[in-house]
Amino acid sequence: MKILLLFLFSIALGQPLLADSNLPPAYWANRQLPDPAQEAKAEALMEELRCLVCQGQSIADSDAELAGDMRDLVRRRIAAGEKPAAVRSWLVQRYGSWISYRPTGEPAAWPLWLAPLALLAIGALLIRGRIRTRARSQ
Amino acid sequence: MSRGLRIMPLLLLVSLLIGFAWRLVKPDDPAIHSQLVERSVPAFSLPAALPGKPGLRSADLASGQPRLLNVFASWCVPCVAEAPVLNELRTKGVKIDAVAVRDTPEAVAAFLSRNGDPFERLGSDANSNVQIALGSSGVPETFVVDGKGVIRYQYIGPLSRSNIPGVLKQLKESS
Repeated sequence: MKILLLFLFSIALGQPLLADSNLPPAYWANRQLPDPAQEAKAEALMEELRCLVCQGQSIADSDAELAGDMRDLVRRRIAAGEKPAAVRSWLVQRYGSWISYRPTGEPAAWPLWLAPLALLAIGALLIRGRIRTRARSQ
Repeated sequence: MSRGLRIMPLLLLVSLLIGFAWRLVKPDDPAIHSQLVERSVPAFSLPAALPGKPGLRSADLASGQPRLLNVFASWCVPCVAEAPVLNELRTKGVKIDAVAVRDTPEAVAAFLSRNGDPFERLGSDANSNVQIALGSSGVPETFVVDGKGVIRYQYIGPLSRSNIPGVLKQLKESS
């Protein structure tokens, strides 16, 4: 019993070892812009920007402090009248196309664009083969 | 079924195994490198992080001689491990400026009194704005900046003693 109590106590006391600052989140990190149109633009952009800490999450989904600061940056710039595309390219200049989820026209992304066409062509060939063998067997 | 189609699963398996072996030999690099290497430091102006120390403007970095720009935070554990290395570089005559990310003057002062203060200027980056402008994705990171204010190299993660010769070489090549 004593050991169990001690165990529970140690869990309650245990602090998670998080590398987080003790400053509060940035002003616009978790606050919507008053203008719904601007907020919608900012939101759409944040969903397509990748978090630098939790790589694989968008900054809209991530709880990392850096993601909060990036949301703040996006909302501030959109509120100042900047176009979402300009904010995106400003970030791409710094972090490369890695930061953006939107596929680009770079050679590295060509297989992505060509895959549907290639799959359609393969499908058409398969269907043609099927129709031919069926026509022959009849 | 044609012969080509019959060996398809085997080909798939072999290519899969080659893929696995390749990634085992050459693991993925999760670090995001700044695209600003070989480009000028973006314009910024940061207030002082400590009362007795000047803040940091991008113009300060184009000082005519190469210097280091360290991005750190008092709440960052690897930064503690890096501190002795920065101190050693300072004693070797390297000029180091720093950006304290999301920090308070009290916490920065406590950190520097505990781990040493190798910095000439120290800017406070409360909302990570300058960190993002630099293309830095975490703390600590260290940029080698030449005399014209052009970023020449980026170290991601804490510098260790084994990095010292490399850093000195980078600085020498940047002058």
